[in-house]
Order: sequence, then structure tokens, then C-alpha cells
Amino acid sequence: MDNKIKMQAKNVDFFYGKNQALKNVSLDVYANKVTAMIGPSGCGKSTFIRLFNRMNELVPHTTLDGAIFLDDLEINSPLVDAVDIRRRVGMVFQKPNPFPKTIFENISYGLKVNGIKDKAFIEQKVEDSLKKAVIWGEVKDRLNDSALKLSGGQQQRLCIARCLAVETEVILFDEPCASLDPISTAKIEELILELKKDYSIVIVTHNMQQAARVSDYTGFFFLGELVEFGKTQDIFTAPKDKRTEAYITGRFG
Amino acid sequence: MKKDFSQNLGFLGLFLCMIITLLSLGSIIYFIVVRGFGVLSWNFFTQVPYSAMTKGGIAPVIVGTLYITLGAIIFALPLGLACAIYLCEYSPKSIVVNIIRISINNLAGVPSVVFGLFGLAVFVKFFGFGVSILSGSLTLGILALPMIISSAQEALIAVPQSIREASLSLGATKWETIKNIVLPTALPGILTGVILSIGRVAGETAPILFTAAAFYTRGYPNSIFSEVMALPYHIYALMTEGAHPDQQRAIAYGCSLVLLLLVLFISAFAIYLRQRQRSSYG
Repeated sequence: MDNKIKMQAKNVDFFYGKNQALKNVSLDVYANKVTAMIGPSGCGKSTFIRLFNRMNELVPHTTLDGAIFLDDLEINSPLVDAVDIRRRVGMVFQKPNPFPKTIFENISYGLKVNGIKDKAFIEQKVEDSLKKAVIWGEVKDRLNDSALKLSGGQQQRLCIARCLAVETEVILFDEPCASLDPISTAKIEELILELKKDYSIVIVTHNMQQAARVSDYTGFFFLGELVEFGKTQDIFTAPKDKRTEAYITGRFG
Repeated sequence: MKKDFSQNLGFLGLFLCMIITLLSLGSIIYFIVVRGFGVLSWNFFTQVPYSAMTKGGIAPVIVGTLYITLGAIIFALPLGLACAIYLCEYSPKSIVVNIIRISINNLAGVPSVVFGLFGLAVFVKFFGFGVSILSGSLTLGILALPMIISSAQEALIAVPQSIREASLSLGATKWETIKNIVLPTALPGILTGVILSIGRVAGETAPILFTAAAFYTRGYPNSIFSEVMALPYHIYALMTEGAHPDQQRAIAYGCSLVLLLLVLFISAFAIYLRQRQRSSYG
């Protein structure tokens, strides 16, 4: 099996002030695969995923040691503009966060800030993105309504569509179903499986069943360390580390 | 039983405080309306004063107040907004910035007559604008700045971090995020600050005393360098100067009523704008 590495973390340490949140984490994200990060709350998995699009820079007093690569580009180098990275690595957040604008504007926004002005192209792209995120049928007659009128599950799919519109290479999902009901969750999981044809996907979840259902690779984080990383099947059926086994069998977390 | 009683007593106390507040507001409005309503007429709003200001209307006075208020907001809104954006979005969290914040808050506590003297020294004399609409507007603008800055800051801080992150995650720059996402979302809050400062500015007397207001001008102001009559100062002048105190007093109450209505009208318009903005965001 040909597994091309899309993103790579090498010996990453991360600090909030003096608190070390990640300890020497190295991990590969393979192209067109779904990589899940699991672990109890506060284990550093969300912090870790936010390094892939340099979101942690927005938090003051943080320091990063080690290197993160997108293809061959070291993204945390001071020579690289975070804006360029975020145009290649998109993100869907834990809580649906649509803009207080219309449904159409939510999707077209990313195109506009990327310099696209062609109206017909934008309209087509909005439709395509909403279709890909399987929400077109629900919103096509009210594209000019406020996005805030949608339900939580619809909002999250809208946020996914918004991310798809800018045609990134990687999509980071930071606990995308944490605030959703089971039906919406199922829809999003289906969507993730569909999207991996075109994207490399990283998903943070504290729902182990979800990780088992959608991911090809799984990393287990505990207290800032990547305890174990491997094929999802192996992690869930034959974990090598006792802590992994204890977590996936529900003994803590 | 005992607990119920003390609780009811507490509610009664709160209710009484509310009634006292309402009563004082109500009695001000009642008093002004009763004494001022008599002089209101079409002519009162449309004519210039004559016969030593005992006859005619107060049209140039209303126009003067509108000019000065508008001028103050035109000056203070962009400046205050820019300042708030810098402080909230760009400034490093340092001691210097804290000092700036504290200074702005202190500016709000400076007595308004001090602003008047400052305006006299700087705008009227130093820049040579004279006693004029321009000097008065700039002086009132500085008075309005801290209000506009602090309400804009609150509105900007209230914009959820999550939608800023969403915008940045799509490859928007910081400025694109501020311009397209943060400012539109904060607009209702910013407008609230503008409403409050319009009300304050339109009613201020001391800052325009030395910088813009005249006891009497012939007709309407014809440039931003003209002296003007303005409602708050006009009320003061009518009550303290002139040869016909009884006739003047009635007109002064009329002016008060007009000032009250004007401020209410401006506020109502701004509230309408804010509501429209809100409803379009669902």
C-alpha cells in the first residue's frame, strides 16, 4: 500500500506559559487517510491538531519546539506566512461557528478573501461545496437567510462546506461532533469518509467509537504524550501499551 | 414563613427604588412638557428669533445644535473606532497599553468645562479656528471620544473568538477578519456607544460656551467657521441674560422641550438602525 506522508510532526514540544502541553510528539498524517487522535480531556490532542494550521499562535505566551511539515515545507518556520498555510490546511471547529451572515456569504467568504471575484464561479462553487457537505437540499431555497437560523448539525455541515469551498489539501476536525445529536453525528461521519477521497483528514475526538468508525490511523494521547500510534484496527484490537488498552476498554477517561 | 416575609420585603424595596427612578424621569418630562408645550408652534420651529428674542422661532438654534453634534460625531467616530480597534486587536498586552487604557477612562471623568477651556486654548486660539462650529465640534468630539472608544472596545471584545478563528482558518488575514467579520458583528454595540454620545454631546453646554456658541446670531450659520446658537447654551442665555425675563423663560422651556425631543429622536433613529442590523443577522 502506497502511503504518502502529507503532514508530519517531528519532536514537538508545546508550552502554555510554563506548562508543557505536548511532550516530544512525532506523528505522520498520511495523504487521503483519516487520522484520529483520541485521549481523555486535557491530554493535548486539541492543542496538537491546532499546530497543523498554526492556530495556536493566536494564544499569547505559547512556545513551540520541534518541526511540523506540510509536504516538504516546514510550516512553523518564521519565513512561512500563517495565512498561506491556512489556505492549504482547513479546519472545522468543535462548536459550529458560522459567521453572523447569510448562508451564501458564509461559503463565499473564503473565496473572496482568497481573491476570487468572478460571480458566476463563486455561485457555482457555493453550490458545489454545499452539495459536497450534503446540506444543499436543506438550504438551497434560503441561501440568503442568516446562517444562525440553521440547527446545530446543519451549522456544522455549513462550516464544513465553508472549509471545502477554499479547496484546501488537509482538513482538521477538532471534535466536530462534540455538540451534536447522534443523527447529525452520523451524517458528519459519513461525510468524513466521503471526503478522504480528496483530502487528508485529521480528526480529534473523545468518542472512541467514532475514531474506530471513521479513521484509518489512530494516535492515543495521554498527559501530553503520544502514547501509541498505528493503524486504527491494531490500536483497537491489539494495543501495545497498557495505558492505551485501559483507555479503549473504558477503564478511565 | 419568616423567609417569605423578608424576601417579599426585599422585593418591595427593589420595586420602590424602581418607582423612584421612574418618577424622577417622569416628572422631568412632565414639567418640561407642561411649561414648554405652550410656545411650540410651526413658527417656533421654522422662524428666526426677533424682537430681542421674545418673538419668532428658534430654527437657527436647532440647526446650530445639529451641526455641532454632527460635526462632533464625524470627528470622534472614526478616530474612536480606530483607537478601539488598535487597543483591542493589535496592541501588545503591555504596561504602556494599560496606561493608555487608564488615560482614556480618566478622560471620561474630566469635567466638561475643562474641555471647554481646552477647546478655547487649542482650537479657538492656537489653531485660529475662532469661536466656530469647527472649534465646538472638535471640542465636543474629544468629549465624546472616551465614550465611543470604551463602548466600541466592549463591542469588539464581545465578538466571539470562535468566529475570528473561523475567518483566519479560511486564509483570511487579520485585517480582512477585522474588516469583514469582527466590525460588522460588533456594529450594533458600536452604534449603542454612538447613541449615548450623541445624547450627551447634543446637551452639553460648557464645552461650547467658549468655543462655538453665541448669544445671538443673525440668521443661519453659513460656514464651519461661523459662530452658532445652540440649544443648551440658548436655554442658559435666555434664563440669565436679556431684558424680558418672563417672555424669555417661556421660550427657554420650549427650547428644553425641543432639545429633549431632538435627543429622543436621534436616539430612536439609532436604535432603529441597530435593530435593523440585528435582525439581518438573525
